[in-house]
Parts: sequence; C-alpha cells; structure tokens
Amino acid sequence: MAHQDDINLMAHLMRRAGFGAGRDEIETRVAKGYDATVEELLNPNTMPAVDPYVLLRHQPAALLPGGQPPMGNVNYMYYLVNTKRPLQEKMALFWHHVFATGNSKVDNYDQLLEQIDMFRNEGMGNYRDLLLKTAKNPTMLFWLDNNQNHGTAVNENWGRELLELFSLGAGNYTEVDVRECSRAFTGWTFETKIPRLPYGRFPWKFEYRPEDHDDGIKTFLGHTGNFNGEDIIDIIVTQPACAKFICRHLYNFFVADEAQVPAWPIDPPRDPDAVAAMAAVFRATKGDITSVLRTMFMSDFFKNARYKHLKSPAEVVVGTLRLMGGFEIPKPGYGELSMQPSYMGQDLLNPPSVEGWHTGAEWINSGALMSRINFVAEQVGNTDMPGVKSIVSRLKAQGSLAPEQMVNSCLDLLGPVEVGPDTMKELTDQVKEWGQVRWDTPANEQAAIKHTGELLQLIVATREYQFA
Amino acid sequence: MSAAIQKDPVLVVLQLTGGNDYLNTVIPYNNPLYRDNRKAVGIGDNQILQLDKDFGFPTYLAPMKKFWDEGSLAIMHGVGYLDSPRSHFRSMDIWHTCEADKVGTEGWLGRVVREFDPKKENVVTCVSFGPSLFRALSVPGVPVACVAGPLETYGFLPGIQEKAQRQAILDRFSRMYTPEPGSGVMEYLGTTGQDSLLGADILKAAPIKYKSDVKYPDTIIGRKLKGIAQVHCADLGTRVFYCDYGSFDTHAGQAGLHSGLWANVNSGLEAFMADLRAQNKSDNVIVLMFSEFGRRVRDNGSGTDHGAAGATFVLGDKVKGGHYGDMPSLDAGKLVQGDLNPNMDFREIYSTILDKWLHLNPAPILNGTYQQPAFLN
Repeated sequence: MAHQDDINLMAHLMRRAGFGAGRDEIETRVAKGYDATVEELLNPNTMPAVDPYVLLRHQPAALLPGGQPPMGNVNYMYYLVNTKRPLQEKMALFWHHVFATGNSKVDNYDQLLEQIDMFRNEGMGNYRDLLLKTAKNPTMLFWLDNNQNHGTAVNENWGRELLELFSLGAGNYTEVDVRECSRAFTGWTFETKIPRLPYGRFPWKFEYRPEDHDDGIKTFLGHTGNFNGEDIIDIIVTQPACAKFICRHLYNFFVADEAQVPAWPIDPPRDPDAVAAMAAVFRATKGDITSVLRTMFMSDFFKNARYKHLKSPAEVVVGTLRLMGGFEIPKPGYGELSMQPSYMGQDLLNPPSVEGWHTGAEWINSGALMSRINFVAEQVGNTDMPGVKSIVSRLKAQGSLAPEQMVNSCLDLLGPVEVGPDTMKELTDQVKEWGQVRWDTPANEQAAIKHTGELLQLIVATREYQFA
Repeated sequence: MSAAIQKDPVLVVLQLTGGNDYLNTVIPYNNPLYRDNRKAVGIGDNQILQLDKDFGFPTYLAPMKKFWDEGSLAIMHGVGYLDSPRSHFRSMDIWHTCEADKVGTEGWLGRVVREFDPKKENVVTCVSFGPSLFRALSVPGVPVACVAGPLETYGFLPGIQEKAQRQAILDRFSRMYTPEPGSGVMEYLGTTGQDSLLGADILKAAPIKYKSDVKYPDTIIGRKLKGIAQVHCADLGTRVFYCDYGSFDTHAGQAGLHSGLWANVNSGLEAFMADLRAQNKSDNVIVLMFSEFGRRVRDNGSGTDHGAAGATFVLGDKVKGGHYGDMPSLDAGKLVQGDLNPNMDFREIYSTILDKWLHLNPAPILNGTYQQPAFLN
C-alpha cells in the first residue's frame, strides 16, 4: 500500500503538471517515484503522441475545422482528453494563455490549432526560439495585424503586445521602444491568402518582404542599429525583466494564483524568492523552459502549494472527462462537451483578448460557478461512467461502510479532495440519512451505487473541489 | 395611477470593448484634417448622416441618429484621462476602477451597488450579461448576478428533478457555502455560491412574466439587451445592468468591422428602447455607452491603432440630447503621440450620473470631485 502522503503529493503533481489522474494511475506513478515521474513528464517524447487518425476516422471534418465553433474545440478537446504527454499539453495551454490568440478575429481554427501544435512542439524548449517562432507564426501576425505593419506605415499592435504581454511586462520599456520595435518587424507578414471560396481554406505561411521593411537605424532598449525583428527578440530575451516576467507567469499557472497581469508592474509576486529562483535558472540556461520547470516541480514551494490554485475551466472539464473515462473517441455530443469550458468563462482558442484570461478567483462569478458545478455534477452523477464504476468497485472492496468512512473514501478516490470540518459535517450528515452503506444484497448494492453517485455530486459541488 | 408611482432610476451600461474609433463614429465631416488623416478608412460624404454643421454619424448609426433627432442622445466629446496608456487592459481597468495611477481593487459600479443595498437585501440589485464578472462591478462582498446564457435555465443542479430532494440538496449546498469572514477566496466562493442560489430563484421569474410585441434582432447584443429588458420589466429592484459587446479593436479591415459592430448595437438599442417605451418602462432608464479609448487620428492604411480621447454616449428619455464638450483639435501640433488629447475626464460623466441620476455622493465612489456635464433633464 502506498503511503497517503505519497498519494497526495502525486495527485497534486498530476493535477498541476497535467489534468489530474485516476487512482490506478496515481498508484502506478507512486511506485515509480516522484522524481522519476517528473522526469517522465519533462521528456514527453518518451510517451506516444495523440493519434490524429482516430480523431479523423470518427470526425473527418476535424482535418480542417474552419472557423465555426465548436469544430476547433472538438479537435482541441480530443487532444486534451487523450494525451499521454500531460505536461506537454499543459505547456501548450500555458502558452495559449500567454500568447493568447483568438478565433473572434482569426476566424480559422485550422490556423489556431496549428499554432497550438507549435506550442506543443516548442513550448518546453528554448524561450527565444519559441518567441521567434511565435513572431513568425502567421496566425499571430494576422491576430496582431503585423501584416499591416509596413515600412511606410507602422502598425504598433504586435510590437506593443510583444513587449507588454509576451516578454517584458508593462513598465520595462518606453513608448519609443514600442515604436522602434514595431519598425523592426515591418515586412514580417504571410503569403497572400488564396480566397477561401470556392477552393476552401489553404494553410497560411510566413513571408518576409524586404521591400516593405524599414531599414533605418533603430534605438531599442538602449541598443542602436539597423535592427530586424530577430535582433529585437535577441535584445528582449537578455533583459532581466523577461526572465522574471515569464517565470511569474509559470508560477501563476503551475504553483499558486497571482494577481492579474496588469497589476504586476505594481504588486510584487506572492513568493518573490520562488520567482527569483526560477528566473535564475531561466537566465543561467538562456531560457531553457524544461530546466525552469524541473526546478519548479522539484522545489518545496511547489510541493507545498496544494490547493492554492483555483482550477481553470479547462482544468475542470478536461480533468473530469479524463477521470470519468469513455471520452477517448469523439462521439455524438462531443461538440457540446468541448464547448463546456466556454460556458464556464474560458472559450479555448478564443480568449477574450490578447491579454488572455483573468485567472484565480476571477474565474468565479455566479454564472461561471453554476456552469462548472452543474457540468461536473452531471458527469459524476452518472454511475454508468467507467470512472464512477471504478470508484464503486474500490468502495465495494472496502466492504460495509459507516457514513464517515463512506465520505472519507469518496473524497479520497475523487482526488484526494481535502475538505474543511463544516463541509465534512454536511457530507456526513447527508450519508447518515442513507445509513450504513452495504453491498451484501442486490437491493443494498443498488442503493449503495445510487448513493455513491449522489455523494460524488455533492462533493464536486463543494468549494474545496474548485481548487487544485 | 402608475404615473404617481416613484420609479427608482436605473443605469444600463453597454461596454464597447476594444477601443471604438471616435472619429469614424462622430465624424467631423467638414474638417479637412479628417480627410487628410483618414485616406484609407474615412467615411465618404454620401455615407454620413449629418447631425449639424460640424458632425455626422455614419449611416450604420441610423437608429442613433433618430435618438439624436428626438433629443434623447447626449454625445460626450474628447473623453479620456491624462497619460492614456493605450493598453486595452490597463485602460479598461482605469474606466472600471476610476484609479488612473494604481491598480484599483474596487469597481465603481460595485460601490454603487453597495450604496444601494448595503445590507445585501437584494442579490439582483446588479445584473450582468456577460461571460465573466466585469471589474467595474467587482467589490468584495457585493453580489452581482452574472447571467452567461439564457435566463430560462439559470440555476444550480437542474439535473435533480424531484422537487423535495432538490430542495434538500440545495439547502445542504447553501450551508456548505457559508462564507467564513477573512478566509479569502473561500469566503468569496461561499458568498458567490449563496448569492447565486438566491439570485437564480429570483431571476427565474423574469422571462415568465415578460410579454412584448417587440422583436429583438438575433444577435449577441440583441439577446443581452432583451435579457436586460426582461429583468427590468419584472420589477425585481435591479438598479444597475451591465453588458458588453465587441471587439472594436479595428487595427485592420476597419470599414467592414466597424459598420457591422455598430449596426448590431443600433438594431439592439432600437428594439430595447421601443420595448421599454411600449411597456412604460423607459422613463427611469439611461444607457451609458463607453469604450476604453479612441483610436489614432491617422489611419494605418487599413485600420486605426490605439489612441487616446474618445466619445461616450448617454441615451434615455430623461437625457438632454446634444453635444457636451468639444472634439479635441486634430491639428498635428495639438496631438499627443498622434492621438486626440482628452479634454473631458471620464469621471465627469460618472459624476453626473451618480449625482443627478442615481442620487449618490460621487466623491467617495470616484475617489475625487469632478465637474458635471449637464446632460440630464
């Protein structure tokens, strides 16, 4: 039997570095060990990738989903639910939060999914390379209008957000730097798009047009020269502000909820030492993201941060579907499932703006709280789901259960979830109304299964369950 | 004797997210500098509805032109604040919190709701139609009902059908969400859970009670405005409504985007005002329409970049229609980093609304004292 502390820590790691895990997987990983599991997560190529052909066989339209929801969401949800490389997928989601690009304008899930795939492939490598790939990503160029950034008519959209939201954070550059940075990216565009009709959609490709590039001298963050976009990125990544900004993002996403990004120039990090430790690794490795992640997952500040993160809608939905099982293949109704994060305030592939989503407590308002509780309760209340059946069979193996035992076991198998004394009392009082849980006769077993489903619903409706 | 009944004043806020282009909304069509600067995205003379000898609306604002003609639309010119940061998020934060120099923690309308209902006796004093809670409404402990989808299915655990059992489970839910003061996010979750439970019960009544012959356009903003009309007409004591629409961030392809966005706003507002007027529910409502900033004077060849001063609108039967303030100069020498220099602080508009419409003391809500443009009768 694995020690409960090890179970708790492994469940924590899997909730943060992935989208949670069922009890069988947690026990297997505990046997392998925490450090070995971290290494496996950090080396996603040791595990098989998601098979896109299963998706295409069941959902041929997923090949080129176009711009109408929910097609792009179906595609993305399929990867999130089926990945065997949870940290790689989580990092792709992380970069989607930071380099937030939205279908509201792009109107093309094909391109957005290609961008997410780029985040999968590059998101755990070198930050400078990732930033350069992002700067050349046609979806990003279109999203921030760099195709309209001409040598003779500068468009500052990309240049500004690159500095404010993607690398340095507000307060670490001047308006002149924005202008000069934007000038350096003139001529960075994509090939002329073939009209969509009557041919359908064609992939977008990066294109550099030297004749549209401003070849003048630029002064950017104290450096002067005839800079092109790549030079600007090289200057950006050596700024101490860059290491701090990216590491604070990682801390906010993986460790504990921070203030919202616009407050960062004013409010210090909640754990400055932790961010500094990560930033030191970032600088020493010249922006190797895997090294920063290793430092983070192995640190005490990470291990001690259990339940200090309010689950994002994507974490709620994907975590629930992975725990429940049976969603490996896109079946009828998958479109509606894949829109669930949107209903909870996180429309994947369509963040509200280039700033991405506000996180932490800002996920919660009356409408969003209702959506998340109602969705998860509907899933765990269905005792035909493989995940619920697995919980039932483990409960049954424990034999006849007193109300307190029943509550403790369900909390344990659903997470483990840790609840406060008042919540514990309500849950226990509810089970007391049903009495001792018995499996000895068919009628008792039937009642026990029904009550298990009802108790699981009540547990996922608790406040504590909203945290990871 | 309905005329004798004292109706509480109601504020509807429509947030035009993304930075609406002031110069293409309230067009200074006789100003040659407008033509000089708007070679790519300027509105042609034959597509302008003249308001007077200086300004015009583009034709896609035809319903708003009607409101202007009947004298129920006020246009506030040159609205903004000093040192406009030109960042969507920071600018929106400033409009929401009235804090230009630091990150505010309280929204101005959240404070309004707290003033109206300090004891939290009505959790639907403020109803918001949007994907998430707007910062303007956010004050710790102040309830706001956030309706993300249709009003009809708003509520917890609708899957539990049997009435008595559902009530028993919801009672337990309510007790589990008892907010412990000082417990931070847990307290916030507790309050939100309990308030939503109560709010859902109350709001359910609105669409059932609602009867109207007005047909709303089936657009995102049309549906939101209809929801607001349903709740307003149900007399639930709601004083502040909030909704958003956008994105007005027209860096590129502005002509098609801007016209489409404003056409939807206009058809929605037209139905909304007609609906409220038909039901004798319009005379205690004003609609405030704002955007976080205006856009750059010179276009970029296809759209316009982030600017500074913008236009803000207030619409309603009790509004004294007309221009307030002056459009800032388009002279190159008077621009700030290529942008119109704001000459009316946005808090002046809030101040009039707070003082003259909602009858609240503006100073503590706005963190200061401001002039009050007299756009209310």
